[in-house]
Amino acid sequence: MSTRLATGGRLLDRSRALEFTFNGKRLRGHPGDTLASALLANDQMLVGRSFKYHRPRGIVASGAEEPNALVGLGEGARFEPNQRATTTELFDGLTCTSQNHWPSLETDIGAVNTHLARFLPAGFYYKMFIHPRPFWKHVYEPFIRQSAGLGRATNPGDPDRYEHFHFFCDVAVIGGGVAGLQAALTAAEAGAKVLLMEQTAHWGGRAPVDGGDIDGQPVAGWIAATLAKLQDMPHVTLRLRCMGAGVYDHGYLLGYERVADHTPGTDAPRHRLWRIRAGQIITATGAIERPLSFAGNDIPGVMLASAVRDYAVDFGVSVGDRTVVVTNNDDAYRTAITLKKLGLEIPVILDARQSGGGALADEARSMGIRVENGKGIAKVKGGKRVTAVAICAQAGEGALLEEIKCDVVAMSGGWSPVVHLWSHCGGKLIWDEAHAHFRPDPANPPKGASGEGFVIPAGAANGADDLASVVADAHGAGQAAVKAMGHKPKGKAPEASTLPEAPMQPVWLMPQGAKTALRMKAWLDYQNDVKVSDVQLAAREGYESVEHAKRYTTLGMATDQGKLSNINGLAILSDALGQPIPQTGTTTFRPPYTPISLAAIAGGARGPVFQPVRKTPMHSWHEAHGADFEPVGQWRRPYCFARGEEGRHEAVAREIRQTRESVGLLDASTLGKIIVKGPDAGRFLDMLYTGMMSTLRPGKCRYGLMCNENGFLMDDGVVVRLDEETFLCHTTTGGAESVHGHMEDWLQCEWWDWKVYTANVTEQYAQIAVAGPNARKLLQKLSNDDLTADALPFMGWLEAGIAGIPARVHRISFTGELSFELAVPASRGRALWDALLEAGEEFGVMPYGTEAMHVMRAEKGFIMIGDETDGTVIPQDLGLNWAISKKKADYIGKRAQEREHMADPNRWKLVGLETLDGEVLPDGAYATAPGRNANGQRKTQGRVTSTYHSPTLGRGIAMGLVHRGPDRMGEVLDFPKLDGGIVKARIVDPVFYDKDGEKQNV
Amino acid sequence: MLILTCPCCGVTGEETEFHQGGEAHLKRFGPGSTDDDFHTYMFAKENPKGAHFERWRHNNGCGKWFIMARDTLTLEVYGTYPAQTHEPPKHIRDAITAKRPGWTWRAFA
Amino acid sequence: MSEAVTPLNGARFEGLATIEDAGLTGMITLRGNLASKEMKAAVKKAVGLGVPAQRQVLSGQGSAVLWMSPDELLLICARDGVAETIATLEEALKGQHFLAHDVSDARTYLHVSGAGAREALAKLCPVDLSPQAFTPGMVRRTRMAQVPAAFWLDDRGVFHLICFRSVADYAFGVLRDAALPGGEVGVYG
Repeated sequence: MSTRLATGGRLLDRSRALEFTFNGKRLRGHPGDTLASALLANDQMLVGRSFKYHRPRGIVASGAEEPNALVGLGEGARFEPNQRATTTELFDGLTCTSQNHWPSLETDIGAVNTHLARFLPAGFYYKMFIHPRPFWKHVYEPFIRQSAGLGRATNPGDPDRYEHFHFFCDVAVIGGGVAGLQAALTAAEAGAKVLLMEQTAHWGGRAPVDGGDIDGQPVAGWIAATLAKLQDMPHVTLRLRCMGAGVYDHGYLLGYERVADHTPGTDAPRHRLWRIRAGQIITATGAIERPLSFAGNDIPGVMLASAVRDYAVDFGVSVGDRTVVVTNNDDAYRTAITLKKLGLEIPVILDARQSGGGALADEARSMGIRVENGKGIAKVKGGKRVTAVAICAQAGEGALLEEIKCDVVAMSGGWSPVVHLWSHCGGKLIWDEAHAHFRPDPANPPKGASGEGFVIPAGAANGADDLASVVADAHGAGQAAVKAMGHKPKGKAPEASTLPEAPMQPVWLMPQGAKTALRMKAWLDYQNDVKVSDVQLAAREGYESVEHAKRYTTLGMATDQGKLSNINGLAILSDALGQPIPQTGTTTFRPPYTPISLAAIAGGARGPVFQPVRKTPMHSWHEAHGADFEPVGQWRRPYCFARGEEGRHEAVAREIRQTRESVGLLDASTLGKIIVKGPDAGRFLDMLYTGMMSTLRPGKCRYGLMCNENGFLMDDGVVVRLDEETFLCHTTTGGAESVHGHMEDWLQCEWWDWKVYTANVTEQYAQIAVAGPNARKLLQKLSNDDLTADALPFMGWLEAGIAGIPARVHRISFTGELSFELAVPASRGRALWDALLEAGEEFGVMPYGTEAMHVMRAEKGFIMIGDETDGTVIPQDLGLNWAISKKKADYIGKRAQEREHMADPNRWKLVGLETLDGEVLPDGAYATAPGRNANGQRKTQGRVTSTYHSPTLGRGIAMGLVHRGPDRMGEVLDFPKLDGGIVKARIVDPVFYDKDGEKQNV
Repeated sequence: MLILTCPCCGVTGEETEFHQGGEAHLKRFGPGSTDDDFHTYMFAKENPKGAHFERWRHNNGCGKWFIMARDTLTLEVYGTYPAQTHEPPKHIRDAITAKRPGWTWRAFA
Repeated sequence: MSEAVTPLNGARFEGLATIEDAGLTGMITLRGNLASKEMKAAVKKAVGLGVPAQRQVLSGQGSAVLWMSPDELLLICARDGVAETIATLEEALKGQHFLAHDVSDARTYLHVSGAGAREALAKLCPVDLSPQAFTPGMVRRTRMAQVPAAFWLDDRGVFHLICFRSVADYAFGVLRDAALPGGEVGVYG
């Protein structure tokens, strides 16, 4: 059984106890524990079930590479599935549950799958569920969905907060082990601004566990001294619990800081996403130990040799009493030596190398440990826990030599540099034959904006295999980084020493001649249940590309992204294909390095600040008076102002009646307003609009259409000539920024010699439309200025004081009524609004919303950008030829509109549509035509672009684009409804109300 | 995510401050041009694997348009220059030549 | 009845940094040839300050001139002096090609101060806000979370920040969140 040792545990604070629960069981640990170490201290080796076969699984590793120990962490709104026990710091009150089993971890129905394993090989799902085809949707998919997935997500809103932080440095060092500390020190001593980040809660990495001396002192002392030096430097930033999540173009680096995962309930943000721009990035990300592929290597109790050592040294945890060590390299001997020194039993070290190990092996033998060279494990025995191993000759096929009782197997298949961050942005790898691993290819680093490399690997992440070379390599990396940043490198690498090691020997299958029965129990990917036999099957079935084999077998596709399995898997694939490993290559390394929370990516963008909401100066009045808001771009505009029990429909009808019969107010502040000024302003606007603007006289307004260079309508609005040199261009609500950008584009990039300046002054003004037969009476109550038709004719403007506020008063109308649009400084918009409401009381004045505005403009046959236009409509389609100047040689879009298909009389054109029975046409409905197209669908000859119930006319009205529409007045078209019925509508003139414009011209 | 240096205000900022505006150095064809010329101007855009000239606007900044010479394969930036420029400056063309000898892009080389 | 109001109406939040409505302030967009002697004279006459260098601000008593783009300045003056300042500019620039327009109401103007001011801004803007990189007198137009913004730093260590009026609540909201207690990053003092 696994247990806490009486002493030891360099990271523990044994003076304090922490209580936590696992599957409801109350357990105890200490500050400094990870959840994994605390579980092991409580003999909880079994932590989950595998994905496919539901096999019992235990903790394998001690760090981010852990594939098995995924738990559901927390409760209620703070519940989070799939959290790694090995990277979760223990805190008081932590609760967690195991995953992927039913009804319980110990007794799981799904485990029956393991007995069916021979019928569930790689590609089983692809082959099985493809026929019969209709079964997929209703039988297979629901079933697979039910049984798939690991942890379950929760519903309640996340109570924690998250944030981003932008940071800039010369050199970012990822990884706070010996290599990272040394690289950071070298860079900082040369004067570079340095950020050093470490994903765990401790500096120094695994060197304190492995031992050795640097600069004549034990490594732990050197770490403390180096850290102290770095902490004293103001230009160095040190972050613990901060993982290098991804490296991107041009030195962009994401750091994932788990600020408060270990202190829930404090006021700190839970996670902080660091958005870092670094001149150079040093990846001192260490190496990950590889498992060995032998039968039963997934049984709880089979662990990485380094992890067994970590639990003993870091956390004072013995994972078992009798540990068999199996290895192909010298490093694993350290585990045997460490455990033996703690008084634990090492029945045997199985060294697959015929020639055996070096100095460490000698030390182990001298301690009385039995060492067997050229031997391996044929099979591990046990169910929910290892009970024994069967020993065989590595060179053979697995014939049993001896069975040895044990409760732990500590395995080591060699070490793979963590090359993920090097590779994210295109760094290439080379195969290192001597160490049987891929390491960064110094000739092909990821390249930045300058075309030079910006990532430098350091230490074990660069393939360095002993302390001395790690330190020297890290110093070199620090020097290279500062040199690239234009600093002068300083200092020299410290001296370091460890015991010399004998060469490792690649072992991809144990024993090397293992038969099918053994290979089917030799796991490569623990989380996704991929075995040696599955990869071999994939190769036989033709999945020769490593990317194809990965997807076919799902090797490396689990949440651990194959940190333990990738190299072993592609070695098996290479062997099956009879080609060297470098020829097979690796799959693509993609960020993030380990999963990061979606909430951290979202950062602060949630709740009220999920996205910007633009508000007019009258917004708070609208809110207080029943406004039913609709989004228009980022603006919120009142759709209508419902009163009491009134529904939307009644409110809109009331607002229209009031406006048509007396007077109504519209908050039109959202309309874009752009000042265009200069000697060439008129000439410029002639190019920008289809109509002639240069002839507009000061004091007058003119409606204008704006097209893009491709001829299509993009915006419309009223242009006001303020003075000889100055125009004010109104745009649609959504169009202010894009139209301003469009203007600046042409001014800066095409006609840069023209003397024109623009300014977007949209938000400088609150704008209020006062519309209705009593509009003038209302305004005149508030103004001493002359607003009669003579002083201010239709399509004119003047400056007047309204309620004591200086206003620009435009006589323009989008409703068809007598209408004034008042523009006043935004800071006084609310005051004007209040004054109009008060003064208008005798006329029953009320605001109307966007829907009333839409209905009234449709009654008048006025088009709306975005309704009648969709990016494929030219002004000529909409019967707007009157707004297109025939005199101008050029305007933006003119050449495009001359193309044959644009001038084609067969285009769909704007008409009014009047239903025969008065009902409202469905929005977007198509008019059918006789016959069917090549796809067997009914042909169409038009579609509805705007459709409303008109309270003024008491019937449905609509506009639409119809094939040769204006030539077909009076024809009746069929518009099918979604429910199968048909609405019949007659083609009519689009102006339904006050055709002669008498109402607005008074 | 790219880093761009705006030649108009001197800011070196990340891509989120900027807006890409398609191919640079286009010659406009208006009324009176042939269908072919207009079509080419409007639709036939370069899509090189290598050096490319793009329009960018510093829209969350000084608001100015400029041109960036960028390698579409390596994302190397050869340089940026104001939009009011009829052809790429020599030092930028030389920088491209150093990395991609024999390059051509429309009429430039 | 016709009192002018800022969109934030005097809002204030004290956390790691203090976020406060800077109140009604006069702001004028001025576009033209910044290098011309007429422009220099006009700005001097209007607000008593010179034309700042690229991305710099020059500040006086209740006034400032900000470099916004190669042909654009933002003049800051007393709110009730805007009309007069514009009239002065128009007079001084007569015959020149220029544009001067009141934008006082188009903006939300905030002060961000206190020990956490740099970090609060660095949570929202992709800008190096370290004391070495961003110093008094600099102007930076950039993105603050999802909206455009500009800020500058005065000699007292107060950040002055402007963005569009309509997003006042959003801007205040994201700054407040960035300055919530417990969110110290601890890298800038």
